[in-house]
Amino acid sequence: MHELSIAQSIIEIVTQNMPKHNLTKVDTITLRIGEITQIMPDALHFGFECLSKETSLDGTKLIIETVPVKGHCKTCGQDFVFEDWPLVCPECGQTDIQIISGRELEIVEFEGS
Amino acid sequence: MIEIKISLVKNILEANEKIAAQNSQFFAGKGVMAINMMSAPGAGKTTLIEDTIRSLKNELNIAVIEGDIQSTYDAEAISSTGAQVVQINTGGACHLDANMINETLSQLDLNPVDLLIIENVGNLVCPAEFNLGESCKVMLLSTSEGDDKPLKYPLMFHESSVLLINKIDLLPYIDCSIEKIKQESLKINPDLTIFEISCKTRQGLNDWHDWLKAEKQKKVPL
Repeated sequence: MHELSIAQSIIEIVTQNMPKHNLTKVDTITLRIGEITQIMPDALHFGFECLSKETSLDGTKLIIETVPVKGHCKTCGQDFVFEDWPLVCPECGQTDIQIISGRELEIVEFEGS
Repeated sequence: MIEIKISLVKNILEANEKIAAQNSQFFAGKGVMAINMMSAPGAGKTTLIEDTIRSLKNELNIAVIEGDIQSTYDAEAISSTGAQVVQINTGGACHLDANMINETLSQLDLNPVDLLIIENVGNLVCPAEFNLGESCKVMLLSTSEGDDKPLKYPLMFHESSVLLINKIDLLPYIDCSIEKIKQESLKINPDLTIFEISCKTRQGLNDWHDWLKAEKQKKVPL
């Protein structure tokens, strides 16, 4: 349900940046969202569509790139991609893991004219 | 028309993070330790907060920000303890954000306050994504919710510093393994501090109080 507030932030950030680049219309906004960031893409698309209606981003498409989760084992130093919780090092089996990617929630770029 | 591509790598929650940092600075300036208390609806956050205020009334001055979608039930319960309390009604939003906290700060006199407890909206998902400017996140899980919750809602367990397993007085009547909760929570977050408590029988509450006092001393010395 918090996808709505995320959609609102995306609209604010992009509309604030449009004048700097002399853009009047934006075709696509590319986002990078980590696999364990708790965002449902469908809900985000829907929220964005609803909230952008009255703005200069009406009709803009969101492109979502998913970032896999990578962990760093604090015990043996191994970096690895993990599929599911809990985070267990495939090398030594320890669980003291630092998440190095997979929590992203970023705008990477936007394209328009 | 020329199509142009603008690179921007920007954290979407940056606005929230900025305000959270301001809140955090504000708390530090007032000598206040703020904790963000999260759980599913009905896990016992308000009862625990009420009890904590009464039990520690001679040791810590506690103020509360109550977050709920609707109603002032919780703020009324807290105000019966005599503590300062502000109610935030999110009107549908499933979590508190840093700005909501920022806007209520003018309604509290934090000068005499040692500990600010922010009771988040009952929800095991969204609150984990929004920092409020707290020193630490504390989560409650009541035994009646079931022992499968750590692996079902891992992010919240991963982000929290403390897990309070509440309503342990119900254990004889339900199928819930405390060991399983502890084992799986620690697999998700090995640094998690875990307390088993019951606000009904008062079991385990002293350990929670001791932790709060020690943490306050450590994070924001008097």
